[in-house]
Amino acid sequence: MAINILMPALSPTMTEGTVSRWLKKEGDTVKSGDLIAEIETDKATMEVEAVDEGILGRIVVPEGTEGVKVNSPIAILVEEGEAVPETAEAAPAKKAEPAPQTAAQPASAPASSAPTVPSHATPAATSSGKRVFASPLARRIAAKKGLDLSGVKGTGPNGRILRRDVENAQVEAPAKAEMAISAPAEVTRVANSTMRKVIARRLSESKQNVPHFYVAVDIELDALLALRAQLNAASPSEGEGQFKISVNDMMIKAVALALRSCPGLNVQFTEAETLHFPDIDISMAVSIPDGLITPIIRQADRKSLRDISAEARDLAKRARDGKLKPEEFQGGTFSISNMGMFGVREFSAIINPPQAGILAIAAGEKRAVVRGDELAVATVMTATLSVDHRAVDGALGAQWLNALRDIVQNPYRLVI
Amino acid sequence: MDKFDLIVVGGGPGGYVAALRAAQLGKNVAVVESTHLGGICLNWGCIPTKALLRASELNHQLHNLAEFGFSAEKVSFDLEKVVARSRAVSRQLSRGVSGLLKKAKVKVYDGRAKLAGRDGNAHVVSVTKDGAELTRIAAPDVILATGARARHFPGLEPDGELVWTYREAMVPKELPKRLLVIGSGAIGVEFASFYRNMGAEVTIAEVADRIMIAEDAEISAMAQKSFEKQGIKVLTGAKVGPLNKKDGTVSTQIVTVSGTYDLVVDKVILAVGIVGNVEDLGLEKTKVKIDKTHIIVDEFCRTGEPGLWAIGDVAGAPWLAHKASHEGVICVEKIAGHDPEPLHPLNIPGCTYSRPQVASVGLTEEKAKATGRKLKIGRFPFMANGKALAMGEPDGLTKTIFDAETGELLGAHMIGAEVTEMIQGYVIARTSELTEAELKETVFPHPTISETMHESVLAAWGGALHF
Repeated sequence: MAINILMPALSPTMTEGTVSRWLKKEGDTVKSGDLIAEIETDKATMEVEAVDEGILGRIVVPEGTEGVKVNSPIAILVEEGEAVPETAEAAPAKKAEPAPQTAAQPASAPASSAPTVPSHATPAATSSGKRVFASPLARRIAAKKGLDLSGVKGTGPNGRILRRDVENAQVEAPAKAEMAISAPAEVTRVANSTMRKVIARRLSESKQNVPHFYVAVDIELDALLALRAQLNAASPSEGEGQFKISVNDMMIKAVALALRSCPGLNVQFTEAETLHFPDIDISMAVSIPDGLITPIIRQADRKSLRDISAEARDLAKRARDGKLKPEEFQGGTFSISNMGMFGVREFSAIINPPQAGILAIAAGEKRAVVRGDELAVATVMTATLSVDHRAVDGALGAQWLNALRDIVQNPYRLVI
Repeated sequence: MDKFDLIVVGGGPGGYVAALRAAQLGKNVAVVESTHLGGICLNWGCIPTKALLRASELNHQLHNLAEFGFSAEKVSFDLEKVVARSRAVSRQLSRGVSGLLKKAKVKVYDGRAKLAGRDGNAHVVSVTKDGAELTRIAAPDVILATGARARHFPGLEPDGELVWTYREAMVPKELPKRLLVIGSGAIGVEFASFYRNMGAEVTIAEVADRIMIAEDAEISAMAQKSFEKQGIKVLTGAKVGPLNKKDGTVSTQIVTVSGTYDLVVDKVILAVGIVGNVEDLGLEKTKVKIDKTHIIVDEFCRTGEPGLWAIGDVAGAPWLAHKASHEGVICVEKIAGHDPEPLHPLNIPGCTYSRPQVASVGLTEEKAKATGRKLKIGRFPFMANGKALAMGEPDGLTKTIFDAETGELLGAHMIGAEVTEMIQGYVIARTSELTEAELKETVFPHPTISETMHESVLAAWGGALHF
């Protein structure tokens, strides 16, 4: 009997994904546990394995198709000799399962025996013609606001769009065709990737909803650089225990320690209350092709520089390969964005919601500094803190930056 | 020291449901219960009172048969048997809970639990019985589900003899002839209704300016009128003076705006709220914060102390078994790393099983008005409902409050026969975010009292068909 393979929910919040690559062709024999496709979600690429055995009768969703809803059929599995159905409608559903490396992670999606939703349920007509799950109240509010539901991310059961999602969503101006008039020359149009859309949405929300304020400080790095040289000199030249600690690793630890001594920034603002987190989980912005991602060094204040270094290296590598697991980039209590390697003098970062703060680290460079009444030369870096003013006031932001400067300029605390 | 994935302190409707859900999710779970599985709800609350109220409704029916063409003489009851039936129902259910936990392989400890520090990442819980430590167990996560007990005020202390709490009121040895019920929340009103229908003279004293203050004012006025029609004396804005006990009776003076009443009664029932059971749990050395005997928790029942959670009555209002059970599920799913939806206070129904019954969900008219929204309000009386008339239950009202702009069902309030069984329809509507359109489209079965739910919506949006 033909069985539909459905788009799996690879994380609790996933509502749609991109079929980035088929690992089996039509006509291939599939065994339970075989990897059949690669699915790209907003932030990661995961392999998906088959639950049932059979022959891949039809690929319903071709490679590269974006915005495939969770639980919609992506392929049809048939038995040997069985006729392949033309469409996915008739076959019972079996959800493909994420490959084992992610199987252990929690998923609130229904069990694999969940039936597909009957087709006679009233679908919402959207501009893209795709079915959208939304509550009647959400639909009505969206209609009143002139909001297209296909652009709204649902936070209800199985990604259903609820009132709160619509109320939080911003109305987008319809795309204008003016570009074509003013620029008759050829314009390269690149469809936005899922990640680009997520970055756009999250950072717009952050800038629109979070009242940022910025505090900057100049920090002398010479002592830290000297310590780093000493530490790295102590590394075995090769083999298991080898390490090479970067300035970034040291800054992760320094930021974590500053949050430990001044925990008022390790918070999250919600309407009713401010959440104070016991753990200090540092999200580090990693630039990857077509975007960025923030893998997390958890409990960074309790880890040694060597552990942080190894973990940061591993996370950054897997981030660039698109192989991070959701729990490795979801969460975090404070972010660091380091553009020191690009030689920038200073910059301000946008808060990574729902966190309350992010530190923008610029390049360390030799600058003239005044010591007493003398001019001297020191390696100086400008660090700019962006803070959510709803949760943290200016004085606390300044106090925290001073604590950070104190740690970086007296870096022995990073190793004891 | 036995180690578990989860320890649940308290086996009431919050605790045992949390344990069952955790077992479903493959957790190794222990429940520590000091008294009886099923908690107050099952043993001394929701369930046994429903058994008593059922008996009192029968008594009322048997004395009002003429309307149906019957006559009966020498109708009588044996109070001991009425109480015994109520106890038997509780016992049966408590055994059921015990069986469910056993089937789910939940380890049940008969004793009191107290936090006793940490062992690495795990919380250590000391289990004692009669003051002696039985054992120590440990788990990374502990859910406090210790419930609540009746509140006392100075001058209004229960003595178990003349001045009762719900506990004594549930197992009367003889029917008091004259009864004063202080407080008119669900508990007070239900006992007033029970004793009145069994034949006692009942006075309700409520300090607020109306009874059932949590309910919509229109509904609470209807309830008061109905109680008064049944012969219950209702005093609102009432300040109860000292309780003077003499010769097996209690006399007191009650002052209200309309006058001063000198009252002599055989029993007093105190139903003036509850306090959380937060004592002797070993919370002092934790980051747990307590506000007015209730543990402060976030939307997922976290206490602020890592690995320590609190659900149900001890974690604050509303003090309802179904709230506790639902919090138990949310809390356990959060512990298991799922992504549960927090509990929305306005989607928790409230039910009172007096005669008439009262049930509601969402905002009252007063609170809906206070949001500043434009409202559409519908009312439909049971008097115009065929089934209600056929049943001889013509007194009742279904009231619905909508946001005029969006069609959101802001609140629903019902009074009358069987409304506690029907309110879930509106709870589903609220939880699913249905608007008036879906409620209007829904086909309600005829003849049922639930048709008043449909008609009330129609009434809010342009007109009921049958009224």
